Order: sequence, then C-alpha cells, then structure tokens
Amino acid sequence: MIAEVGHYALILALGVAIVQTVLPLIGTRLRDPQLTAVAVPAAQAEFILIGFAFLALMTAYVTSDFSVANVWQNSHSAKPMLYKISGVWGNHEGSMLLWVLILALFGAAVSTFGKNLPRQLQANVLAVQGSIAVAFLLFIIITSNPFMRIDPAPFDGEGLNPVLQDPALAFHPPFLYVGYVGFSMAFSFAVAALIDGRIDAAWARWVRPWTLAAWMCLTLGIAMGSWWAYYELGWGGFWFWDPVENASFMPWLAGTALLHSALVMEKRDALKVWTILLAIITFSLSLMGTFLVRSGVLTSVHAFAVDPERGVFILAIMGVFIGGALVLFAWRAPLLTQGGLFAPISREGSLVLNNLLLTVACAAVLVGTLYPLALEALTGDKISVGAPFFNLTFVPLIVPLLIAMPFGPLLAWKRGDLLAAAQRLTAAAVVSLAVIIVVLALHQNGPWLAPLGIGIGVWLIVGAVTEIAYRVKMFDASGEEVWRRLRNLPRAAYGGALAHAGVGVMVIGLVATSAWREERIVALAPGGSVDIAGYQLTFKGVVPRIGPNYRERVGTFVISRGGSQFTVLHPSKREFTVERSTTTESGIHNGWRGDLYVVLGDQLKDGAFSVRVYFNPLVRLIWIGALIMFFGGAVSLSDRRLRVGAPKRARTKAAMATGGK
Amino acid sequence: MSARRLLEILALTLAMGLAAVSPSHAVQPGEVLQDPVLEARARALSEGLRCLVCQNQSIDDSDAPLAKDLRVLVRERLTAGDSDDEILDFVVARYGEFVLLKPRFTPHTWLLWLATPVVLLAAAAAIIFAHRRRNLATEGPKPLTASEKRRLKRLIGEG
Repeated sequence: MIAEVGHYALILALGVAIVQTVLPLIGTRLRDPQLTAVAVPAAQAEFILIGFAFLALMTAYVTSDFSVANVWQNSHSAKPMLYKISGVWGNHEGSMLLWVLILALFGAAVSTFGKNLPRQLQANVLAVQGSIAVAFLLFIIITSNPFMRIDPAPFDGEGLNPVLQDPALAFHPPFLYVGYVGFSMAFSFAVAALIDGRIDAAWARWVRPWTLAAWMCLTLGIAMGSWWAYYELGWGGFWFWDPVENASFMPWLAGTALLHSALVMEKRDALKVWTILLAIITFSLSLMGTFLVRSGVLTSVHAFAVDPERGVFILAIMGVFIGGALVLFAWRAPLLTQGGLFAPISREGSLVLNNLLLTVACAAVLVGTLYPLALEALTGDKISVGAPFFNLTFVPLIVPLLIAMPFGPLLAWKRGDLLAAAQRLTAAAVVSLAVIIVVLALHQNGPWLAPLGIGIGVWLIVGAVTEIAYRVKMFDASGEEVWRRLRNLPRAAYGGALAHAGVGVMVIGLVATSAWREERIVALAPGGSVDIAGYQLTFKGVVPRIGPNYRERVGTFVISRGGSQFTVLHPSKREFTVERSTTTESGIHNGWRGDLYVVLGDQLKDGAFSVRVYFNPLVRLIWIGALIMFFGGAVSLSDRRLRVGAPKRARTKAAMATGGK
Repeated sequence: MSARRLLEILALTLAMGLAAVSPSHAVQPGEVLQDPVLEARARALSEGLRCLVCQNQSIDDSDAPLAKDLRVLVRERLTAGDSDDEILDFVVARYGEFVLLKPRFTPHTWLLWLATPVVLLAAAAAIIFAHRRRNLATEGPKPLTASEKRRLKRLIGEG
C-alpha cells in the first residue's frame, strides 16, 4: 500500500511542478500578482509530495518489503539498518528520487526564506526550478519508477553491492547531490535574470549563498568519495581521474569559478554576462555528471546503444535545458548592461585570471573525459585517457593558479599595486623557500619537483594568514585596534582565507603522499615480519569471524617502533554471502607522519599470505584540507551580509556611527 | 564472428567473472623482480598500462588475472633487455592503443591533446580583446572646454 501511495504522491508532485512552472511564468508576463504568487505554495507542496514519496520508498526499505522490485534488487533482510536506509539511494531509481527531493528542497527554501527577493525574480526562479522538476519527475515515472511491484514477492532481497556498504559511502551521494542540484539555484537565477532582462549587484548577493552552500556540499561529497576509495579499494589510491570522479569534479571547478565571479559582480557590478554564462555552464556540467553516471554510457558505449531509453531521456533533458538556456543567453544577454571598469592589475583582474584558469582546467577534464566516448562513437577506435593525460594538462593550469592565489585578496579593487602586494607576501615567500630548502635537504634522492609542491602549499597557508594580518593592520596598529579590527572583520573574509589555506593543506598532502609513498609487497607466514618507514610489522596469523551479513578472515599485525609495540592492526577480507563477492578492509594506523596501511591478500600455495604494506606520508592532509575548505565556506555563509539583505547592514552601520558620536 | 574472436570474448568474460569473485591484490610478491632498477621501470610502465577488463584501472592497481599476465609480460620483456618504448610497442601491437592510459599523439588524438592549449589561448585572447574594446568604448572623460574651466574656477572660488 505504502508503495502505491508513494507512487501517487510522485505523480501528484509532477502535476504540482507543471503548475509551478506554467502559472508563475504567465503571471510575471501578464503582471498578474495572483498568478505570480502561485509559485511559493506550489514549490512548498512539491517538496512535501516528493518528500512523502521518498519516505514511502524508505519505509519499504526499512521494513524490507520485497514485493517492491527496487527493494528486492538492492536490499536484504540481514543488512544493517544504516545500509537499509542508504540503500534507498544506492541504486539508480532511488538516487534519482533523492535528486528531485533535493531539487524540491532548494525550491521550498527559496519560497520560504526568499521573502526579501523581488516577487518577479522569485516567481521566475521557482518556475525554472519547477521545469527542471517536471523533466526529472517524468524521467523517474516513465523510465525509472522505484515503486514497481513484483508478484509473487520474493522471500528475501538480493542485497546491496558490498563495497557500497560503508559509512562514508552511505552519505557520499546525498552530499554530492546537494552540490549538483544546488547549482540549479544559480542556473534558475541566471535564467530568471535573462527572462527579466535585468540583473544587478543584488542578484549576485542572492545567488552567492546558494552557490556557496552547493559548493560546500560538493566539496565534502567529493572528499568523502575519495576518502572511501582510499581505505576501501585496498591500494591506498585517493583519486583516479575516473570518468565518474571527473563527472563530479567538473561542476566543482566551474562552481568554484562561479563563486569568485559572483564576488566581482556583487562588489563591483562587473563580469555580469560572464557570471550568468558560468551559472548556466556549472549546472550544465552537473546535468552532464548525472547523465554520465546514470545512462551507463561510461561502462560501455555499446551498452548504452543497446538499452538507450534512460540515456536518451537524460540526453534530451540536457539538450532542452542547456540548449534552451544558451539560446536564451544569446538572445537576452546583450540587454544586460555592463558596469564596473577595472585595470588588469586589480582584485577584479586577479579573479578574471582565477576564472580563466579554472574554466580552462575544467575544459581539460571535460575533453579528457568525453574524447574516448566521442571517438569510439564516431570512428569505433577505442583509446584510454587516464591519469597521465590529466597530469600533463590539468596540473600545469592549476599550478600558476595556486601561485597567484595569495596575491588576489591583497590587491585593491579597480586598480591594484602588484609590487605592494608582493612586498606584503615577502614573509610568505621566505617561509616557503625555507621549507623548500629543508625538504630538499631531507629528500636528496628526489623527486625534484616535490619540494616545490610542498613550498606552494606552505605559500598558500602563510599567504592566507598574511591577508588577515594586513586586513587587521597587525603590524601598524595598537593591540586594541587590531583586536577591534579582528572582531569587525566580516566573516566572509575569514571564510575566504580559511578556504585558501585549506587548499594549501590539501596540496601538501597530495604532493607528500604522491612523492614519498613507501610500499612493501611480501609473502608473510605467521610469525614473519616486515619493516617500513621506521615501523616493524609482525604478522600473527589469520582468524575467521562472522559479521552481520558477511564472513571474514581477519589478520593480526603487531606494529612496533624502536623495539616497543604500540598498536595492533586488523586488516581483513570480507566475503558477502548473499551478494557472493568480497571486499578488502585495510588496517590503517594514523600517525602524525602519515598513514601505515596494511592490506591482507590471498593465501599463497605455501600457506603464507600475500601482504601489502604502504606508508602514505601526510595523506590525511588531503581530506583535512577539504574539511577546512568546507568549514571556510560555512564561516563565509554565516556572514550576516549573506543571510540578510545588504540594506539592513547599511542601516545598522549608520545607526552605529550615529550612536558612536 | 570467427572462432578466434569468440574465444577471445569467452576468455574476457571468464576473466571478468574471475575478477569479480576472487579479487587478489594487484602486484603479487612472486612477481617482483630482484633488480630494483628493473622493478622500478616495471612499476612505471605498469602505471601507464590499462587493465583491459577493468574500469579505468592501471594494471599496477588491478586485481584481475589478465592484469597479472600483463605485469608478468612487462617484466619478462624487461629482463629480456627491451627498452621502455619497445615494450610499449609490443603491448600496443598485441592489445591495441586502448591499453595505453596516456594516448599517443597521433592524428586521431590531435584534438585531444591540443584542445586544452587552444582553449587557453582562445580564452586569454577573448579576455584581452574584451578589455581593449571596453577601454575604447569608455575612453575616459573628455577634457573640459574653456567655458567649463571658467565655470569651475568660479565655483571653487578662485575667479
């Protein structure tokens, strides 16, 4: 019964989404306030209905209702509760339902919290959101219905792919989708502005918090995926330039560029047309990410050609929205007035450089991801584009961006002084150089570029500190004045500096672990030992153990250092009986120098086990850096300027000024 | 479909099936070469070669039996004294261009390799062009005329 009610709610939601799209658009055309006002309750009703459908599916999962085909295919009664719940979005149909749920959530948020938005803009934004919902609800109902029944109901389910039964991966898709779908807000605002033919600095102020929230979640979602790959896939890699990863990385790159260009638009009323275009591009890349992952085109061009229903549907959605938005852009963008002149060397100029490098880097990832697909579809030639390609094209674009990064916030708007900014960064340069020299001395056997990479990371961190120090006049004002300035500095400034420092932390982790990773591959019999990076590992043997829905063989490794034992690691191999597949659970010891990473392999013919041991120096900094970036975004989002409209702040400032006199 | 092609497909399916049920762990202890220099070259080569039955994994990372065969093959050629390029040629001749994770610069990959630099140059040119055009469009304020100068002097009280 609950499945049918969920199905019905989904169809009702489609009806409401059509109303949400059509009536407000007519209303804003005819200047009819009543039709325009339909947008707000419609968006809220749509959210409630889709939320209901989602809960219905979740109920079916939690109660293990195997008469629902989707539950039968992806769940099992013996599965732990967490994975019964995450199983809802661990499959195609359920994840698309999550997609529209988040879309509706953002729509409901705009209708509930967007009271300070101009009615016209709010209605147009909600109408565009509604049209996206119409497309995806149709997609779900026609091609990917999660509420299909099977009769007779099977006795038990087929289980969820074991590698997906993991806490980090349980929450990876929701964050990723909040990121993807969150960029639909920027898209809807952009299209609404184009429909209106009007755009101003206030527009950027309304768009920025939504984009920032989406960007934060996407950052965290990607980091979670990479963290999962690191400990679950069993060889300690964290980024593979896999098309599925690239699909989430491209919207991130474009979204990062968008955050920065919206800044220029808000503060200086410049780069309007470009910001609009970038908003369209960012969401288009999110749609493409959904298409790449959901259509099956990545697994094989042929598989896609054999069963094209879903793929063609998403392709059509992409065509309509991307094509439509670009046509609208070409038609209406010339109406938008340009403002805010600036010299090449200025804050605006540095943000243009940021946008240039980020979007070209994004293009490099795009070409590398799609080229093999296109080549195979057109000529039948199969080629592979892997990590070496991206290292050669992507990295050379990102390195100059990283080097230039600390300069940006130190340049003034309109016309900046590069020499003065360079002087302010002297300390950062000296510290980075010192670090480079020390690292070079410690690692005399190369690789030679690695110390420079570490230096860039340090440069970013000290550069971010420098920015804050100068903004509060750390070196030329009294302690009291510095303290006052520290308290009054907008949170957005702290957030930006934190995010930049987070990039630096991540760079250090990436470089260190790529350059100085150690590895031992040995056959160990119980009692045998292996040395790595100053640790000694002694293999004690393997015991079998039974888990909730798997059997495992657990190895015991005693880790000692300088003769004294300090920890024990238990890497294991799990065999999932229902799904008939195995996973590797690596044993990881996290020390301050890096991770000791032990993987238990198969038993060899002579009874010994194949064991792989890695030492990954400073590898955790990669994810700590991502967390700092997320946190920076959160601090920036809590800035009152983004929470409330600017006029209020101006008023309180004026009130403070008069109060002070 | 020739019998040979059929066999190949069978072998591939079998290999994939095996990979799914019994993942072992990439490079095995028995495979490692005694000579550390050769082994380092073997690892570097393996990282650039794709495991044919996996999704976007190098043979260095892959668990599949087919990847193991390729790793062993690379090491055999190395010990036989082949250069890196000779080994790559050998592997490509056997398995096709698909096996290389870094595509070669040939006519059908020109677009792949040149796209990024071309986009970069085009975008940089577009920015410079847009900047020039805007500077021309707003040439800055015109100099004051004589009467305006007189009026200004009067206004600031020097007249």
